[in-house]
This record gives sequence, C-alpha cells and structure tokens, in this order.
Amino acid sequence: MRLLAACFLFVGAACSPETTQLEPDFTIEASQRVSGSNFLTPETVAQQNDDFENPGYLWVERGADLFEQGEPSCAGCHENGLEGVATHYPAFDTGTQTLINLEGRINLCRTRHQGLTSLPYESDELLSLTAFVAEQSRGLPISVEVTPQTQSAFESGANYFMTRRGQLNLACTQCHDDNWGKQLRGDTISQGHGNGFPAYRFEWEDFGSLHRRLHDCDTGVRAAPMELGSQTYIDLEFYLAVRASGLELESPGIRR
Amino acid sequence: MTTIRLSVPQTADRGEIIELRAMIQHEMESGFRFGSRGEMIPQDIITKFECFYNGTLFFSSDFHPGVAANPILKFYARANESGSFEFVWTDQDGQSWSDSAQIEVS
Repeated sequence: MRLLAACFLFVGAACSPETTQLEPDFTIEASQRVSGSNFLTPETVAQQNDDFENPGYLWVERGADLFEQGEPSCAGCHENGLEGVATHYPAFDTGTQTLINLEGRINLCRTRHQGLTSLPYESDELLSLTAFVAEQSRGLPISVEVTPQTQSAFESGANYFMTRRGQLNLACTQCHDDNWGKQLRGDTISQGHGNGFPAYRFEWEDFGSLHRRLHDCDTGVRAAPMELGSQTYIDLEFYLAVRASGLELESPGIRR
Repeated sequence: MTTIRLSVPQTADRGEIIELRAMIQHEMESGFRFGSRGEMIPQDIITKFECFYNGTLFFSSDFHPGVAANPILKFYARANESGSFEFVWTDQDGQSWSDSAQIEVS
C-alpha cells in the first residue's frame, strides 16, 4: 500500500496535480452509497437472495459444468475455486498492457492456457462462466483501485460517465449522481452501480452482462451505443467499479 | 441447452407435507412480440408441466403465452412412500424435457 502511494506521488510529480486523482472524488459520498437492490421491491430482493428461486443460478450451474470442461479445464488450474477474484475486476493485464474485465480474463485464459478460442461477448457460455466466477464472490465487497497503469482508463470511464450524449442530451451522472432515489416515470432511479451484474433482468427476461445494461442506458437516452466488450465500456465498467467500491457483489443479481 | 433445477427434500417423515420446486430454462416466447425489423417473433412456449410420484401423475399445469421466461413452480405433496418424483415439461411442438429427484420416507 505504501509502495502504491509512492507510485502515485511519483506520477503526481510528473504531471500536473489537477489530472492526478489519488482518492477519486465522487458526487455520492461513500456513506450514502447503496446497491441497486435497495430500489427493488422486498419480493424481488427475496428472490435474488434465494439460491433456488433466483433464475441467475441457471447460468451459474451451466458455468460450473463448463468450468470442468476443456484440456486443461478451468478447474485443473483453479482447483480451490476463485473466491474473491471477481471483486478486483476490471483489472490491468500486464501481458497485453490493457485493462480487462472478468469476461476478458476468462477469454484470455482460454486462448493463453487452454488452447481454445475466445467466446463471443454476451454468448451464453461466456455469461455462464462469468456468472459462475462472480457468484463465488457473492457478498464480498468490491475492491477496485486506480493505479498509475489504470489512471488513463479511469479518466476515460469518468469522461464517458460525465458527458452528455444522445437526442435526450443526458449524461449518466445527471440521473445516477444528481437524481437517484427520485421517480423517473414508474421507476426509481438507482445510483447506477454494477455490483449485481451479470444479472437477471425482468425487462430482458434473460441473463445479461453489465455491458448489455450500459448498451440499454445508451439507447435509453437515444445515443448510439458502443459495442459490447468494447474498451470504452470496459473503461466505464472500471470507473463504475471504483465508484462502487465497498458495496457487496450481488451477482447473480436480479434487476428490473 | 436447457438447464433444469429441482428442489425436493431428500428425506421426510411419513405423511409429512413437503414443498417441491422446479425451474426450467426456457424463453417462453409469447408470439406477440415483434423484432427490430418489424417481423413477428413466432411463439415458442412450454404448454404442459407434469409431476409424477412413483409413476403416478399427481400434479399438472397448463402454460399459456403470458407465463414468463424460465418458469418456476412451487407446489406441495404428501410424502407417503420412498421413491422418486419425475418432472416433465412438454412444449407446443411435443418436445419434452424431464428430470427426477429421489426421496427417502421413514
């Protein structure tokens, strides 16, 4: 931790102090930070917390099967499971020198260590594996930090969050920082945390990634959405993860 | 790829009322929706669910287009004898999926 702070000081000295964020400032203070499940009905929360009635477990179970497949299989290396791993993603991959999310890590494992091809983003297999890995961190606090290597990705994500876009000319921040808890037509605006994802959404009647949700947010303000799995969305996912730090991971969550 | 999840107690006392839960992964496409190009998405739903206790049908249910995707059913049975519960789902084209669970009654 001290080493990390030293790195920050070094970076701070190298560039102007305005662009270096040691402790990112968020509009919503840490004490006010609440999960999206706070805006659900008690019935939906009960369904989310019931390991049988939560439909997300259909994907978790399939992921558990896939985890055993392949030569070597995922389980061949990760025999003790992956508890807590999902709380640290998106993370910087030193091999490719890019920021990757959990889906990206699974695909890298497949191409690097298993001799398999990458799974398409939002495919049932990739969603299932991601859900299986994320579920092992259920209830653990999200813990993602900005490092000198991920500083630019964080700023890019923050920039996307703060920029007005689409025909409605709205930025994410205008709803999810400034007006959370208020009504938007029939719905209560959440703080926009991604801690339930990949999640089962009633609107989709399906299981989906955070990127699919972001895609829906973009089309919701009538902006041209990004590709699922694009670096822009990964940067935004990173910004959201830092912003949600400390919240419990709820995947497989249930959302409206 | 269809995943089925069952929740049946492994043991029960004779005469005890037990809760059974069954969930199946299915889109339950209602047939009332339109795709992004305006084309109608054809109906594809499960129409019948049946549960057999040692081969005897004791619970069944008809599904209609209004039933949500990945339907879950919760119902009750009186545990009279050891044996198996078999759960069968049949779709509109006659394709079916099934799974079973054992129970020990003492």
